[in-house]
Amino acid sequence: MINLYEVSETNKMIEQENLDVRTITLGISLLDCCDGNLKACSEKIYEKIVTTAKDLVKTGKEIETEYGIPIVNKRISVTPVSLVGAAACRGPEDFVVLAKTLDEAAKTVGVNFIGGYSALVSKGMTKADEYLIRSIPAALSQTEYVCSSVNVGSTKCGINMDAVKLLGEIVKETAEHTADRDSLGCAKLVVFCNAPDDNPFMAGAFHGVTEEDAMINVGVSGPGVVKEALSKIRDANFEVLCETVKKTAFQITRVGQLVAKEASRRLGIPFGIIDLSLAPTPAVGDSVADILTEIGLEYAGAPGTTAALALLNDQVKKGGVMASSYVGGLSGAFIPVSEDQGMIDAVTVGALSLEKLEAMTCVCSVGLDMIAIPGSTTPATISGIIADEMAIGMVNQKTTAVRIIPVIGKEVGESVEFGGLLGHAPIMPVNPFSCEKFVSRGGRIPAPIHSFKN
Amino acid sequence: MKKTVITVVGKDTVGIIARVCTYLANNKINILDISQTIVQEYFNMMMIVDMNGSLKPFAQISSELSQIGEEIGVKILCQHEDIFDRMHRL
Repeated sequence: MINLYEVSETNKMIEQENLDVRTITLGISLLDCCDGNLKACSEKIYEKIVTTAKDLVKTGKEIETEYGIPIVNKRISVTPVSLVGAAACRGPEDFVVLAKTLDEAAKTVGVNFIGGYSALVSKGMTKADEYLIRSIPAALSQTEYVCSSVNVGSTKCGINMDAVKLLGEIVKETAEHTADRDSLGCAKLVVFCNAPDDNPFMAGAFHGVTEEDAMINVGVSGPGVVKEALSKIRDANFEVLCETVKKTAFQITRVGQLVAKEASRRLGIPFGIIDLSLAPTPAVGDSVADILTEIGLEYAGAPGTTAALALLNDQVKKGGVMASSYVGGLSGAFIPVSEDQGMIDAVTVGALSLEKLEAMTCVCSVGLDMIAIPGSTTPATISGIIADEMAIGMVNQKTTAVRIIPVIGKEVGESVEFGGLLGHAPIMPVNPFSCEKFVSRGGRIPAPIHSFKN
Repeated sequence: MKKTVITVVGKDTVGIIARVCTYLANNKINILDISQTIVQEYFNMMMIVDMNGSLKPFAQISSELSQIGEEIGVKILCQHEDIFDRMHRL
């Protein structure tokens, strides 16, 4: 039987070390909502979402109460809207109508984000894909809950450089459309390479076409718990360090698995995957950067950071895999800047640069995340940053992403406040040299040689 | 039978156990196990209870216990046993 020490340990993790389940994300297929008529398509989408997700928030809260574990977010991901709206939308403005429908549905069921305003264009864009991408600035500025993502590359297909060029412009335009809110729209737009079909984390969640009609995916968290565990073994060698991360990740993930199975049972919706990510928040003690300093770096970004992050990411996976029956999504350590107080501090003291962050993305779970750059950055430079990140994903057969915010009207030395879980960030300098000619070539970069495994 | 773990943590004072147990008895909640320590006047108790016969739903019991905790200056939590079991047992 469970003992007093174990109960105290769990409750200390929850109360003092910010252990929580970061999100229960309900994936909903909208493929059966396709219609040639925009109004009909829109109505079907709304109906499907509010019917399928009607009990999501309530169930999440019940589980929170009964197990005493906070479930921070309840969210929805849907089939990439470029597919769902392809028959109905004759231009970008039609897609904005569908974005508003998603927003309305999210508001009705009480979730805090809805993801899937997405297009998958790793090899090429259909007309509908292009309309959707061109509608993103308007869609994100006119909605509150909608999150958008575009997959522009994969190890199997290479990188669609036409889409990369277009997205440089779209990121900039989205920033301009939401300039009055410190370009917040860009915090809800992710550009991916090798995007997973079952990611529960925003802003990049969508419900892939390979999924069931509805699916429960859960994202766990707990950087504070890992940091606390490591603080007890400060002088230990790498073997002990790795074992400690692994054991802690196992414990965290077991809680996630419990919540996921329980949510699945109560909602009558199949369980999909657990995403084993260490997701930080701006709260003190809930930081991935703090784990890196606990491992022995003065600040995140110091020499050794990439190695420390590689180790952390790998041990989190090793511990988590055994704790869950199905693992998926992004699964690893997130390294957003604005959402992690330790990262913000590292940037502020000059320990962490955009280039070092890029190196870190080779070994972490996602990519350049929540990075504020000067509003004067050109679309071509943003495309160049995206292309670099996509290349890392393509060649290393991993997911990479860019969520970058050119803050209109702000320059290096200033900072930006997004509020809530999105946090705040100092504006980071960007390499000033041009890549205009490179990104303007047109066409696509072929898939790498090691993708031909058949 | 789904068991529930009730934890009481806070500064030691007269009648903590009596107060909690009275409440549980009044609501037909059966106590299966109690363990308790006091470290530096800090009271730490864990009860394993069976709520199957409870007169009230879980959420209400949980919030009423937490209110009693506030009245006597301790923190009372009420959680299904599964969360501890999953984290600490293979």
